[in-house]
Amino acid sequence: MRRGAVNLGLLAVGLVWLLPYAWMVVTSFKTLPEIVEAPTAPLPSGLPLDAYQEVMRSLPLGRYLFNTLVMSLLIAALQIAVALPAAYALSKLSFRGRGVAFGLVVATLLIPAQVRFVPVFAMLADVGLANTMTALVLPFGVSAFGTFLLRQALGSVPTQVIEAARMDGASELYIVFGMLPRMIVPSLVAFFMFSFIYHYSDYFWPLVMTADDKVRTLPLGVALLREQGTGVRWHVVMAGNVLLSLPVLGLFAVAQRHLLRAVTSRGL
Amino acid sequence: MSLLRPRRATDPLWMLAPTLLLLAVFFFYPLGFAVYRSLFRWDLLTPPEYVGLDNYRALIESGELISAFTTTLAFSLVVVVGAMALGLGLAMLLNRRGAFAGFIRSAIFSAYVVSWVSVALLWMWVLDSQGVLSAWVSALGLTPLDWLGDPDVALYSLAAVTIWKIAGYAMVLYLAGLQDVPPVLYEAAALDGAGPIARFRHITWPLLRPTSAFVGTTSLIASFQVFDVVRVMTQGGPVRSTTVFVYAIYEQIFMNLRVGRASALVVVFFLMLLGLTALQLWAWRAKRGAS
Repeated sequence: MRRGAVNLGLLAVGLVWLLPYAWMVVTSFKTLPEIVEAPTAPLPSGLPLDAYQEVMRSLPLGRYLFNTLVMSLLIAALQIAVALPAAYALSKLSFRGRGVAFGLVVATLLIPAQVRFVPVFAMLADVGLANTMTALVLPFGVSAFGTFLLRQALGSVPTQVIEAARMDGASELYIVFGMLPRMIVPSLVAFFMFSFIYHYSDYFWPLVMTADDKVRTLPLGVALLREQGTGVRWHVVMAGNVLLSLPVLGLFAVAQRHLLRAVTSRGL
Repeated sequence: MSLLRPRRATDPLWMLAPTLLLLAVFFFYPLGFAVYRSLFRWDLLTPPEYVGLDNYRALIESGELISAFTTTLAFSLVVVVGAMALGLGLAMLLNRRGAFAGFIRSAIFSAYVVSWVSVALLWMWVLDSQGVLSAWVSALGLTPLDWLGDPDVALYSLAAVTIWKIAGYAMVLYLAGLQDVPPVLYEAAALDGAGPIARFRHITWPLLRPTSAFVGTTSLIASFQVFDVVRVMTQGGPVRSTTVFVYAIYEQIFMNLRVGRASALVVVFFLMLLGLTALQLWAWRAKRGAS
């Protein structure tokens, strides 16, 4: 009895988050006459895909999705490739200037995209690189968060393991890119997921760096549905929104553990 | 953590080279570039013209600076207080075993994971004058507000949407904090006859203070950088009532083509983030001193 009351309370709270998602899906299955006649009807009359077809007609969705995936994968891969050797040096090697180097990485937390976009846009426009994949990827090559996370993970690898590998004649390059990554797989997965989802969803940077469909990304495209819209075509906007959020929600469902790990470890 | 001697003295430099190069080109040089260009009038097309501190003066005299600052501050305060209170409430409610509670936790946290664009579009439709919220309010016999069209309301609608999105982040961190509270304390307090309110005041809240310091300062810094919900939902309007700091910068460079003016705003914005970060470090240090 008490248990049932508790669960009912939990459901009531959960509905505040679940109902808007449900509303998005319901709206995406409505037709234009339905939206005009009864915009708040709780259910559509059927499951027509009109709105989805309309999205596909009005947007080069495949192109946007391709751009978004390429950009997010390139950023995540670049960040890991750049952060691995840096994290190795910062966590395992003794050298002068170690504290300074680490301080510089920390300092980037003070310079978010919202501070960088004006000068970086002006710089890249000057050299003809605005509106290119380079402008989307390269400015995010260093991730302070990723460097911390990998540095922390590598810190827990015993020094003797590295000494032994050196004795066996392994090169430093092999140690950094061949041997150590296999010993910190959970951290690499957590970081990859975090970076991929963050940049897949990013709106700000692609908005200021892109000018046309060549490199435009999915969130921008879906937001355009609303801007082009004549006000009432909400079923089309919500269909685009379902297509935009479904991959992330799917990834979230299978990888929630890794994301939680990434979020809670930021506090360290 | 014991350290190894590098094999060659230059090894650490090579390993840090990609990081340092990218930092120089995409972080530190741009910051200097912004400071320098804030002293020029420049539209990206014609050559820049040196104007001294005119950009700063114009931003102050036109009232744009102070209005962007107060708008951002009002938004941030509502978001931080709202997200912390809601996050803590949800964490205490959902700090229980069971698949159902786990499912609800996931549903709430998922809003933090999906994109700002998704959330903004979704809530634009909910808050539309033809939308479901206004219909429900009318059904209750009340007059719905013009959620996004009324200059006195729009900023708080955006804040509410932001709280909805980030409450899951606060909840997850508070849940982690609650795990660290020893259950013995509650048992002892219950034996001493302490009611739920007394237990919250004297056990939960003080022991969660480090978590609160973290959630509060990180969400304050994040909400100062708000842009996406503004760009998608209101474009700074109605009548500039939601023109927050970053939106003002965006407007200057991409609508007015004033790179110098935008750079001056960037410089001020950077200094504000510096101040907020100092506040954050102070809050964390105070918390470490206390525990």
